[in-house]
Amino acid sequence: MTVTDALSARQAKTAEHAGAAASGASLLARHWKRLLGLVLPIALALGWEAAVASGLVAGRLMPAPSRIWATLYTLAQTGELWTHVSATMARVMAGFAIGAVAGTAIGALTGASEFARRLLDPTLQALRAVPSIAWVPLFILWLGIFEASKLALIGLGVFFPIYLGVAGAIMSVDRKLVEVGRVFRLSRPALALRVLLPAVLPAWVIALRSGLGLGFMFVVAAEFMGASEGLGYLLVDGQQLGKPDQILAAIITFAVLGKLSDTILLAVTRPLLTWQDTTRSRL
Amino acid sequence: MLKIQNLSKTYADGTQALRDISLEIGAGTIAAVIGGSGCGKTTLLRLIAGLDQPTHGGIRVGAEAISAPHPAVGIVFQEPRLFPWLDVAANTGFGLRHLSRRERNSRATETLARVGLADHVGRWPRELSGGQQQRVSIARALVAEPKVALLDEPFSALDAFTRASLHDHLLTLWSEFRPTIVMVTHDVEEAVALGDRVVVMSPRPGRVYEEIDIGLGRPRDRLSDAFEAAKRRVHKSLSESLADPNAPRRQTVATGAALWW
Repeated sequence: MTVTDALSARQAKTAEHAGAAASGASLLARHWKRLLGLVLPIALALGWEAAVASGLVAGRLMPAPSRIWATLYTLAQTGELWTHVSATMARVMAGFAIGAVAGTAIGALTGASEFARRLLDPTLQALRAVPSIAWVPLFILWLGIFEASKLALIGLGVFFPIYLGVAGAIMSVDRKLVEVGRVFRLSRPALALRVLLPAVLPAWVIALRSGLGLGFMFVVAAEFMGASEGLGYLLVDGQQLGKPDQILAAIITFAVLGKLSDTILLAVTRPLLTWQDTTRSRL
Repeated sequence: MLKIQNLSKTYADGTQALRDISLEIGAGTIAAVIGGSGCGKTTLLRLIAGLDQPTHGGIRVGAEAISAPHPAVGIVFQEPRLFPWLDVAANTGFGLRHLSRRERNSRATETLARVGLADHVGRWPRELSGGQQQRVSIARALVAEPKVALLDEPFSALDAFTRASLHDHLLTLWSEFRPTIVMVTHDVEEAVALGDRVVVMSPRPGRVYEEIDIGLGRPRDRLSDAFEAAKRRVHKSLSESLADPNAPRRQTVATGAALWW
């Protein structure tokens, strides 16, 4: 063992000791930090509740948190909430699947082949510049007002960030690592599987996450187009019947669903990325 | 035996990187290639590795001509170039895909043990120091037991202590199955410490200026007079090659015999 190796081993050991000592304290600190994020919403909710209860504000357009909670509870009890949530989630998942598969496949194609890139990328970039909502009238004409047009819209919205992310990631794979693959005489499929795929995984997961976020964005637009169930329907219905508590209940449900599905996506992909030298949770 | 005949390389932009290089390096010989910047050392290695195509001339390892990456030739790059998503053992066994998992692992572990990394087999590359990473890289190139191993300034980014210990690790691996080693370096001490022969190249375009037989046994005492004399010999040739690159000598000068008194 060299002098430097011995040194670095010792440094690693001291770091370990420090880590062990701090772990008890850091557990508390971590929870404290997590709770810190709840302080602002709880304070706001309590303040608003007090303001409405004391008659300081009317609370007609901005109902008190207790009323929103009651509405959510009623919706859940009658099973309505589940109907709407499952309708929305089914649309997001189906649209996300379509967009993710297409975005990954075409992104991989244009990232790997210069011919495909020159052929397809300019058109796709031009289409990307079109606000996706602008397609709505056309989708309704082509696909009708039911599920097909909704899924097309969500799929389109999900497609672009994933396409961009995958194509960019493949193009920026370290040429030097690819060369190591060449030295070991990997065939093209083996090179793709053993070098390119693992190298682009981190960027792919990030692309999937932003695609999923856009999926939630477009599901609302799609359900505004006309739907008889779904959280977007709850929003429109709440507006038309003057039920702000229902609108806020739907918004809160969106926040929970979005955060939950992002967390699940992260948890599912985490085993693929244990090797990474970053704290991914910060992204 | 590695045989390089009339090798020339001109890049697409017209730059002539190498002109008419001819070298014969016997089996099991360690040749150190040294020269000023721009003398095409790295280009020469890339040609031998089959990563680039020569404009003229040819390269043979034994009876086989090299025109693309070949199992008989392994290369260690200037940077470790480890795959960050594979642990140390999997990186080392990367080129052993044809073997069963068990055999691959045992060969990788064995080779890693020879370079002093037996305790690091299951680690990620990011957890290793630069010197350790470069050792993994050397193990990865040599675990497949190529006939020719190419090293492109593999120790240039490391401090002097780490470098000296890596020289020992390299020699340990080399003594196992005695491949021909061609090692590019810009460090005269390193060239004399490792090389049986030092090839001095002159720049623009890259040519062989002089081949010097070191004629020292192993292990080498870096403080001995003979070692110092060999270093001086290489230094002299190197500065002549830079001062007057158009008068290549090319003949092999045996310094060993002259060093005995």
